[in-house]
Amino acid sequence: MKAGKLTKVEKGLAYAVLLLFTAFSLYPILVVFSISIRPGDRLLSKSLALIPPDATFQAYVDLFTKEPFIRWLSNSLIVSALVTVFAVSLAATAGYAFSRYKFKGRDSSMVALITTQMFPVTMLLLPLFIMLISIGAYDSYIGLIIAYTATALPFTIWQMKGYYDTIPFSLEEAATIDGAGPFTTFYKIILPLALPALAITALFSFMTAWSEYLVAAVLIQDQSLFTLPMGLKLFSSNMEVAWGLYSAGAVVVSIPVVILFLSLSRWLISGLTLGSVKG
Amino acid sequence: MASLELQNINKIYNDTVHAVKEVNLSILDKEFLVLVGPSGCGKSTLLRMIAGLEEISSGTMKIGNRIINDVSPKDRDIAMVFQNYALYPHMTVYENMAFGLTLRKIAKPQVDERVQEAAELLELSDLLDRKPKELSGGQRQRVALGRAIVRKPKVFLFDEPLSNLDAKLRVQMRLEIKKLHHRLQTTMIYVTHDQVEAMTMGDRIVVMKDGLVQQADTPLHLYSQPINRFVGGFIGSPAMNFFSGIIENLKGLQFTHSDFLIPLADNSNELKALENQNVLLGIRPEHLRISDKPTGFKATLEVIEPLGSEIYLHLKTETLRFALRTSVLTEFNIGQNIYLACDTENMHFFNKETENRIH
Repeated sequence: MKAGKLTKVEKGLAYAVLLLFTAFSLYPILVVFSISIRPGDRLLSKSLALIPPDATFQAYVDLFTKEPFIRWLSNSLIVSALVTVFAVSLAATAGYAFSRYKFKGRDSSMVALITTQMFPVTMLLLPLFIMLISIGAYDSYIGLIIAYTATALPFTIWQMKGYYDTIPFSLEEAATIDGAGPFTTFYKIILPLALPALAITALFSFMTAWSEYLVAAVLIQDQSLFTLPMGLKLFSSNMEVAWGLYSAGAVVVSIPVVILFLSLSRWLISGLTLGSVKG
Repeated sequence: MASLELQNINKIYNDTVHAVKEVNLSILDKEFLVLVGPSGCGKSTLLRMIAGLEEISSGTMKIGNRIINDVSPKDRDIAMVFQNYALYPHMTVYENMAFGLTLRKIAKPQVDERVQEAAELLELSDLLDRKPKELSGGQRQRVALGRAIVRKPKVFLFDEPLSNLDAKLRVQMRLEIKKLHHRLQTTMIYVTHDQVEAMTMGDRIVVMKDGLVQQADTPLHLYSQPINRFVGGFIGSPAMNFFSGIIENLKGLQFTHSDFLIPLADNSNELKALENQNVLLGIRPEHLRISDKPTGFKATLEVIEPLGSEIYLHLKTETLRFALRTSVLTEFNIGQNIYLACDTENMHFFNKETENRIH
């Protein structure tokens, strides 16, 4: 159905609703930013000014100089990057196998994968904890990476499989006749065509690791291995909460995600509207 | 030398679906062979077995003197053009055509030369830097042809390559492919469901139905001597008319239907041998004549389809409907009665039970 032309009133109403929701989602971010640049003694100020007259970036400076923030940042980057690499490569290959090959247990495996998504992470914490201890991966990057990759994989495999399903078989057949083996076909024909899906998979995997707190809190004891969310929590674990540091940290944490979203947006849009245009 | 030999070829899916049954075919070097039949007749499966995209369940397949049953598609020295073109969307026209050559480790200057040559032949020289999505349907089809040509294969395979094009372009590409065959002098095997395409393009046509080869013959022989009712009805448009009746000898030999009778020339012993037998008579619409004198075959005009150069008349008798094709461009009126005649030499007689040709 094509939308008819909106009257001025309808248009105005639509914009009002849109603005309202935008405000809802933007307000907390602005408040966090606002708190991060307030001097420490003005935290509970009633002023509505987003940028206080005596704004200071002291919290940011402290974050990088007085706190082990860089350490947490690099921990998070390492873990998230490796989770992304593993999840993307495993999902890209597993999804392809599920999409193209017939093998025993294919359908039941697909169902099993989706079944794991029914259980909340809290339920899986204890078995995960026991498993990682028994393979000696407790309190280490490896344990965290395994846990996050495992969490991200079911969704990403389905995601990749769904995308591959839309790529016509005849492309692979043409490549086969052109002389390409299965690996060359996958690498040179299928993967380049699956870039939008790979972008979504990468983003999803990165986010799974980047902003996760609960699993990390259970699996990591060593403070030098803390990731960003755990580090931020430290600011509030003493008698008083260092809200300035906390907010500054939160702003910095969200920057890489924003950059990722913006740089992948071209792929995200084409990936999410996939299948709507034949071509 | 690129003849093909298919001996007792079968394709059985999952032990249940027998898609191709005992196909025996010899395809000559440089021949343009067309596989034609309704959808699900096994023609595409057979082509894909030749390509190596489907396994051969049983039988022997040879290209030249080499058995290729277990040879992988890339080593069969074939090229294939697909119905949906199957161009690589992320590559330019040039890259699409060069892909197969690069994989075969052919030196760059030579790849370049072959691609340029094919592009010139197919009038694609100006489009080499474009991506497939920037091309029209006809141009994409030419790129698909180019990708096949540059490889210089022994055998070209076409899987309904023109069915995604509009009618005008289809006629044009049909000619281009024929010209290409003439120029390249290579064996080509072409699958289509369109009998006009089959008739106009093939040196020889293989008509298939339900996985079985019905008849493999030249276009004209297929038209004049269809081996059974199916082939008779499949080749030719409008389709052949079929009348069920009996051959009798009353005042001379005649074909008697409950609605009409047609006198038969009785100089043929074969026809005489059919006396008092129930048969199926096939007459092509273009072989029914309008008679100005009353005959034993009267029908009422139901629909008129003027095409300009000729007219299709759709007629009915009490129990039958059938078509007539004439190039006599006179005025006809719906509802008018028409007397019909047909020469015995243009009649096809089929066995009523087996539907095989008897005369």
